[in-house]
Amino acid sequence: MFQYYLDLAARSLRRNKALTALMVLAIALGIGASITTLTVLHVLSGDPLPGRSGVIYYPQIDPQDLRGMSPSKEPPSQLTLIDGMNLLHAARADRQALMKGGEVPIQPEQSALDPFYVDARYTTADFFAMFGTPFRFGHAWSAADDEAKARQVVISRDLDEKLFGGANSVGRTLRISGTAFQIVGVLDHWQPNPHFYDLNTGSYAAGEQVFLPLQTMIDLHLSRDGSNDCWGNGGGGTDTLLPADTCVWLQFWVQLDSPAKVEAYRQFLVHYSQEQKALGRFQRPPNVRLRSLMQWLDYNGVVPDDVRLQTWLAFGFLAVCLVNTVGLMLAKFMRRAGELGVRRALGASRRSLFAQLLVEAGVVGLVGGVGGAVLALGGLWLVRQRSSDYASLAHLDPSMLLTTFVLALGATLLAGLLPAWRACQVAPALQLKSH
Amino acid sequence: MDIQIRPILVALRRHKAGTLLIALQIALTLAIVCNAFFIIHQRLANLSQASGVDEGDVFVIANYWADVNRSTEQVDAQVRADLIALRQLPAVLDTTPASGYPLRGGGWDNFVTMTPDQVKPTTDAAVYTGDEHFIDTLGLNLVAGRNFRPDEVTAMGTQQAITPSTAIVSKALAERLFPGGNALGKSFYAMGTTPSTIIGIVDPLHRQGVDSWSNSYAGQALIWPLRADDSKGIYYIVRARPGQLAAAMRDAPKALYAQNRMRIIDPKDGIQSYAEIRHRVYDSDRGMVILMSVISVVLLAITAAGIVGLTSFWVGQRRKQIGVRRALGARQRDILSYFLTENLLITGGGVLLGLLLAIGTNLWLMLRFASQPMPMVYLVVGVLLLLLLGQGAVFAPALRASRVPPVEATRSV
Repeated sequence: MFQYYLDLAARSLRRNKALTALMVLAIALGIGASITTLTVLHVLSGDPLPGRSGVIYYPQIDPQDLRGMSPSKEPPSQLTLIDGMNLLHAARADRQALMKGGEVPIQPEQSALDPFYVDARYTTADFFAMFGTPFRFGHAWSAADDEAKARQVVISRDLDEKLFGGANSVGRTLRISGTAFQIVGVLDHWQPNPHFYDLNTGSYAAGEQVFLPLQTMIDLHLSRDGSNDCWGNGGGGTDTLLPADTCVWLQFWVQLDSPAKVEAYRQFLVHYSQEQKALGRFQRPPNVRLRSLMQWLDYNGVVPDDVRLQTWLAFGFLAVCLVNTVGLMLAKFMRRAGELGVRRALGASRRSLFAQLLVEAGVVGLVGGVGGAVLALGGLWLVRQRSSDYASLAHLDPSMLLTTFVLALGATLLAGLLPAWRACQVAPALQLKSH
Repeated sequence: MDIQIRPILVALRRHKAGTLLIALQIALTLAIVCNAFFIIHQRLANLSQASGVDEGDVFVIANYWADVNRSTEQVDAQVRADLIALRQLPAVLDTTPASGYPLRGGGWDNFVTMTPDQVKPTTDAAVYTGDEHFIDTLGLNLVAGRNFRPDEVTAMGTQQAITPSTAIVSKALAERLFPGGNALGKSFYAMGTTPSTIIGIVDPLHRQGVDSWSNSYAGQALIWPLRADDSKGIYYIVRARPGQLAAAMRDAPKALYAQNRMRIIDPKDGIQSYAEIRHRVYDSDRGMVILMSVISVVLLAITAAGIVGLTSFWVGQRRKQIGVRRALGARQRDILSYFLTENLLITGGGVLLGLLLAIGTNLWLMLRFASQPMPMVYLVVGVLLLLLLGQGAVFAPALRASRVPPVEATRSV
């Protein structure tokens, strides 16, 4: 039966080529625009650590003075060095890492290569295990290396390929900013998007090439990037190489494996704030947050407003295309009243006429979906030509491709409901009489 | 011409679904197109914002130092030597050392206060640093006061916080700090304990970023007489002689490398002309303009095509009735005006609904995306456009209808 309906649909669609083409084109354009913008939104609001993000949390505490205080005020989005070190050494979470971004010059041993700058991440030992970074060679440094301010470095696969042709470079020496570091690990490709652990150094398509201990950075006065917010008289002071104690500039992430541990950690943060207040360091009452990774991204509004706006616009466009298709389908189905009347008179039920017309709508939807997928590929290619940081990420993945066809088919079937229902209402006797 | 609306309305009642669909499509199109036009216009205004820089001849070199362990004195000596090397180039008119530049896409910002212990800042300003060549290199328009003297320029090392005693400010900042009054000779505090006295006023001078958060500080900037001798690197803003931009951009890095090889200038984007800088910083605005324009045009085309399709169907359906009317004495233009009027009624209804939707959409955008209220003119233009579009789309099918011969009345089917 389905095959017969398909055959009828093909005949009917062929009979009125212009109208069919118009319907398919409208669906294709609407789907193409929606899928293009939806893919960008999907990529930008994706989970940077699938399977892991549920246990990763970002603690916030409020060490600011009493000036400019309002009751609902959020605590600062980063930590001071003192608090960062205190929380790190307290080690109350399953894993924890304190970190900061920077940029360092690499001085290759091969004279053929000029020195060049790469993005660096200064962090602590748990970073790698907590975020599940894949190692190609070697391993992370240890917590003892952190305290020893070890001259050890983990490098990215890209840097390993650039400097050592992709060979196992563990144990070799890398000159960073004038100091010799020993390579202890080489990461495999790892670029979480968004760059969740430090949104101040680029939200998308940002990745560090070298990772080295935070304490080593402080020891060597390596250059830092990203945000630094101060209050009171804290401005970094003159000639001090680290921000003052009244500046927040470090990110701190923890891994908490169960809801009970999350609650316990929240209590610990409150406790810590009270303790610091008793010591006179904190002035405000405890003001803590413990957001999960995805909550943190949401709180920071990491997806650009323009991208959301474009998605809404595209779906508005799709709505118009669908209304258009409903109108055209109505015209098309009603024109066939005679034929439908004959079928009814010959014994076809309303239900089977309805099914037949919906199959026809479905064919339009499928063809429109193919067109939409092609247009979306073109649209995403255009997006990739732009210079935004996220442009290079705009690719159609299998799940979005499936969405394309589901959306196209679903939308067209929906659009076909009213016209098909109307067309089924024909009174067969009336149609037969007038012909 | 006597157009009878009643019979049209009676006929439309027999095509309720089709009529409502066209009206709905018109309404949605109007809502989207009005708001899209408004957004396009705003973004285009962003794209053409004046930076204050004489952009045709100016480019920027991002110069990193390969040896980051040098002292401020060593870096300063290198910077001075570089500036001399650049100024000696035949294609170069002038150059200045800088820590940032207009339209860079973000950078140094300071709160500004009138007293050193003021808690709530008066406003916020973009901070530029440069020497006595800064204004001339960028081609800024000095509207009052004087330029920096060479002896006022001091070296500022890595992460050092120096507050110079003089500053040149943009006119927007001067008027924000000292409304109506002459700001020259007056002082302000910018996150330091010592004041800076305003010695000159330039107009305009764009901020480094174009983010919407800084819209309320638009055009507010200050320039301090500092050579930013950061151990990591420095920007050289260079002004080429008229018409010699390409030559200057080609020769400048060679001259710098010849002066000293211990530097890194990214071969890909280490040197950017202002055209490239502007292109890059407004990428998102431009993307929005293109997308909105394409969608608006396609939307109007689809709506027009939908009207053509449905009206053609109606004409085909009513051939017999048209024939009867013609046989009873209706002229061709009566039939034409019938369909034009019918469309005007449907489009008019759609437009009324569309106005509500357009205003609603705008309110929602204001709520959700901090958009501005849409001026009436966009609605007026949108309504006229859709009425014209409807009439234009219906014209061909209506013309075909008017050519239906009276003899159709006698044919069955």
